[in-house]
Amino acid sequence: MSNGVINVLLVGVGGQGTILAGRVLSLAALSLGGEVKVSDIHGMAQRGGSVVTQVRFGPRVYAPVMAPGTADFLVAFEKLEARRWLPYLKLDGWLIVNDQEMPPLPVLTGAGTYPEDLVGEMGRLVNNMLALDALELARRAGNVKSANMVLMGALARRLPISREAWEEALAVSVPGRFLEVNRKAFYLGWDQNG
Amino acid sequence: MRELLIGNHALARGAWEAGVRVAAAYPGTPSTEIIEALARYPEVYAEWAPNEKVALEVAIGAAIGGARSLAAMKHVGVNVAADPLMTLAYTGVNAGLVLVSADDPGLFSSQNEQDNRFYARLAQIPCLEPADSQEVKDMTMLAFSLSEEFDTPVMLRLTTRIAHSYSLVELGQRREVPLKDYVKQPAKYVMLPAFGKVRHRVVEERRLKLAAYAETTPLNRVEWADRRAGVITAGISYQYVKEALPGVSILKLGLTYPFPEKLIRDFVRAVETCYVVEELEPFLEDQIRALGLPVTGKELVPRVDELSSLIVARTVGARVAAVAPELVCPDLAAVALPAMTAAGNPAAGSTVLAPGEAEGVREQGTATAAAGEEVAAASGQGGAAAPAATLTGFPAAADLPGRPPLMCPGCPHRGVFYVLKKLGLVVAGDIGCYTLGATPPLQAMDTCICMGASLGVAMGLEKARGPEFARRVVAVIGDSTFLHSGMTGLLDMVYNGSNGTLIILDNGTTAMTGHQDHPGTGYTAAQRPAPKADLKQIARALGVQRVQVVDSYDLEAVEKAIREETAAAGPSVIIARRPCALLNKEKEAVYIVDKGNCLGCRYCLELGCPALSFKEQQAVIDPVQCNGCGLCTQICPGEAIRKAGEEDE
Repeated sequence: MSNGVINVLLVGVGGQGTILAGRVLSLAALSLGGEVKVSDIHGMAQRGGSVVTQVRFGPRVYAPVMAPGTADFLVAFEKLEARRWLPYLKLDGWLIVNDQEMPPLPVLTGAGTYPEDLVGEMGRLVNNMLALDALELARRAGNVKSANMVLMGALARRLPISREAWEEALAVSVPGRFLEVNRKAFYLGWDQNG
Repeated sequence: MRELLIGNHALARGAWEAGVRVAAAYPGTPSTEIIEALARYPEVYAEWAPNEKVALEVAIGAAIGGARSLAAMKHVGVNVAADPLMTLAYTGVNAGLVLVSADDPGLFSSQNEQDNRFYARLAQIPCLEPADSQEVKDMTMLAFSLSEEFDTPVMLRLTTRIAHSYSLVELGQRREVPLKDYVKQPAKYVMLPAFGKVRHRVVEERRLKLAAYAETTPLNRVEWADRRAGVITAGISYQYVKEALPGVSILKLGLTYPFPEKLIRDFVRAVETCYVVEELEPFLEDQIRALGLPVTGKELVPRVDELSSLIVARTVGARVAAVAPELVCPDLAAVALPAMTAAGNPAAGSTVLAPGEAEGVREQGTATAAAGEEVAAASGQGGAAAPAATLTGFPAAADLPGRPPLMCPGCPHRGVFYVLKKLGLVVAGDIGCYTLGATPPLQAMDTCICMGASLGVAMGLEKARGPEFARRVVAVIGDSTFLHSGMTGLLDMVYNGSNGTLIILDNGTTAMTGHQDHPGTGYTAAQRPAPKADLKQIARALGVQRVQVVDSYDLEAVEKAIREETAAAGPSVIIARRPCALLNKEKEAVYIVDKGNCLGCRYCLELGCPALSFKEQQAVIDPVQCNGCGLCTQICPGEAIRKAGEEDE
């Protein structure tokens, strides 16, 4: 929004690790010395429901939630959710989208259809988009569950936060035995160009 | 040291720093994390009580006994605890007692969105409303002193957006507050009529003293800016006002009951136009109007759902902009007041929206997400609903399939609801994960009123429609919920001659709120071993002769038990037992579909399992999501589903 606040919206599906990703981002953002506010919004379902984490940081942040059309970054862990939340992205904002398809219940039961070519459609709409196969990159890092850190890595290189701050945030948030895999995933994401 | 904390953790920290010794709660979103955090401090005794009434009663005992104490609950929990609360307001405390009411505007995970500030007014006790995590901590600490100074319980009212948002908090050290002496004072603590009458006068005197305190406390402060517009606000609404209307003067109330009459009069008179911005009910507004002061509030600001910076900009912002556009945040004005900014003429933007319109963003979003999933949308997607199109962002897509909440892969409740649907039974439901048994494709639940209500509702249905109807009715309730407030309902069924059937869905935890312990798990809030309440024995002790225990994963056994018990005379209980699928980290071998045998009948999809989908007229199981529960093998007529790795023959 105004006054140098950076708005990051993380959207995904319950079980994908969006909340942990939001934790890493918010801890890294603390290194900038200003205020950080984070709001986790999840529905009733622990697995398979929609999950949204809003992270706002800057010199002075009031509301913990942002208005539509004001997100500087939309990081989508699943592409249908990316399209659903696209109206939150500023016209010149960045869309980072995991090219993964997780059919929601209406699609599974045949009551709805999963839209085709979502990434293509969004690519035509959005000026700044990075679509990546975070699942595959996470697999390469050593654990499919580290896809959330692949996405954080892709976001990280576009934010004015130091590498050291990210490293520290990762070390604090991720249990020791998973740290190496997550660091690897983070840097695989970092290296994605778009 | 500053740390990022959610409001609930800031509250726990504040209570700890203030020397709290006893804390009790029943888990309920958005309040749950308070006790979880307090239970980690060795200086604090923190417990999961079976319900909120008991939690408050434990806190009352502790406070009378001289220890600072706290009871935490969600808004509907205060309904359960309202009975002791009203009398506690009369007795007062000895050491400080703080009652946390975590309200849920926007219904992220609740049955209604009541505004519990009215409880403070009903009980005539002070109500504090913090606006971020730092204020949560500070006000928690102050609440204990206020409680002792004025000899009153203090209500600390959070909302979901405060309870669950992270912001920076300055940490301090614990101040050990010595146990106060316990002095026997029957006239104060025994509220029989003669004593109660006397205490009611004390309550009134206290209210006047608190009102005088409200005039001078820094909890209520004026932030002077442009005086053409002033806003009176509290809690999270303050943040939305600061963001949307950076130029206006603000009276921020931290103590919202009783409120500072003089401060309010002076503020209203000092500004040209005064608005009241508050979430949900016109709690402040009505009281301010009762003083004869001209303010505008719910005429513009919606009375339902959460507020947001955008809604404040669209409603009050539109009015303010017509007079002084520079007082409104330009970025939000661009989104909220397009007519005005497009015309470049503030006057042309006198698009004062009706409250209904003002809710546009969330309402339209919910409608988009709902897309034919009415029940699912109604079951609490809350803020996770999709946004509407804006001028500065990208357009919304039409007809995206919604992502309604659903039972997890491997959820033990799924099979029970599948059987209930198959048998076509009337199901009186309750609050918990299993409320999702009401959503497609299972849709096997008829009612859900409040915690513990399933038994009473089933009983009422039976008494209204006769014992034959009772054969078609079951009540379902979780293990934690049964212990919360199901036992009394079961006792009623026994005592008043019910023929009904109760199914206790025993997954061994309080799953919905994130796996808290309860008297049936064998552990305390601090994870210490505890005597494990035996549901079977409880049912028997309450007088139920017919009690069966079945494995929730064994559909044949579940169906047999339900058929037997609904047919039987007298009350019966079926305990359908299987641990929550998320408790067991090691998953069983996943299942796969044998393409040759799949008939393409789609029966398996009736389970509503997120791991099961259909591609090219055949079932497919996602190996990452499959939890290995095997329910699908039991309902597949073609024997097409088998464990991965097992040979065909």
